[in-house]
Amino acid sequence: MAEAKDSGNWAEPVERLHVEGPTSGKAGRAVEGRRPVSPLNGFGQMWQKTYRVDVGRPSPEEVIRTWKTNFGEFWPSYNRFYAPLAGVQLGEVAVIQGDVGPVTLSTGVRVIYSDSTSFAFMTPEGHPFAGFITFSARREEERCQAEVQLLIRASDPISEVGFMLGGSKKEDEIWDHTLKSLAARFGSSASVTKEVVLIDRRRQWRNWKNLWKSAALRARLRG
Amino acid sequence: MPSAQVEMSVRVATPDVKIIDIKGEITAYAEPILMESYSQASGGGCRLVVLNFTDLDYMNSSGIGLLVTLLIRAQRNGQKLAAFGLTEHYRQILNLTRLDEAIGVFADEASALGAA
Repeated sequence: MAEAKDSGNWAEPVERLHVEGPTSGKAGRAVEGRRPVSPLNGFGQMWQKTYRVDVGRPSPEEVIRTWKTNFGEFWPSYNRFYAPLAGVQLGEVAVIQGDVGPVTLSTGVRVIYSDSTSFAFMTPEGHPFAGFITFSARREEERCQAEVQLLIRASDPISEVGFMLGGSKKEDEIWDHTLKSLAARFGSSASVTKEVVLIDRRRQWRNWKNLWKSAALRARLRG
Repeated sequence: MPSAQVEMSVRVATPDVKIIDIKGEITAYAEPILMESYSQASGGGCRLVVLNFTDLDYMNSSGIGLLVTLLIRAQRNGQKLAAFGLTEHYRQILNLTRLDEAIGVFADEASALGAA
């Protein structure tokens, strides 16, 4: 049987995440051993949020290459994104630290998909939301559009309340900043558009126990 | 803008089981075709929608997102979603993304129909 066209684009499945290299310190330990989770494993309502910006005339391939190599540079300064040294690479785990009120939350993402015009992250247990984040670029009428699309549920009841009380807005700010920074790298000052779709209004109460793995709760308990 | 590189058709297996045959690529561009095929399959008291991936050529992360939204639509309508014809590669992808915990994955059409 012929090999699938996407055979080199997907990471190998792993039962649990393993953090290596410079990101394996204190922040990395918060992710070590966690299971990756899809939107189906979360608690809250499921949302699809799409952010888009016109980055000008570079090729989609050039935009994605730049994004993968310098991901952390486009990230807002109040959050730290520790990518592996080689940048965003298939199967690698990146560590994220961010301040949520008075506590510093440590979590991460695993790169599950990568090709020349897109890449995708999957979140681990304990992350405020469960799901996929896809980054892509495509040509539209001689211009290049860069996009971030989240398909997510809040992981647990506390995160769900947090999203309703400002967490969702914070998420918007992160991706607005990221896409503006990416566009600026290519000389574009275009504004970011946002589209939000409620995919599933039901909450998955069977997953309320995700709370015990919440990075936010653990950070708060550590004080 | 690139167009969808996929064709889909709907078959009636039994009065309450429909099969969507998929030929080509599952990417974001496949959304209108997949959702239209689901709408066709979903009517008439359908309890199980089976996706036939035998002729699947390519799937990216947006395609996985599409399967998630399809699954939610099916669940909302009180239907189950199953799949067959997946190569080892695509079985691994459903395992990687943990969709195989919610979509029944079967070796062939006969065993998928047995899930009804």
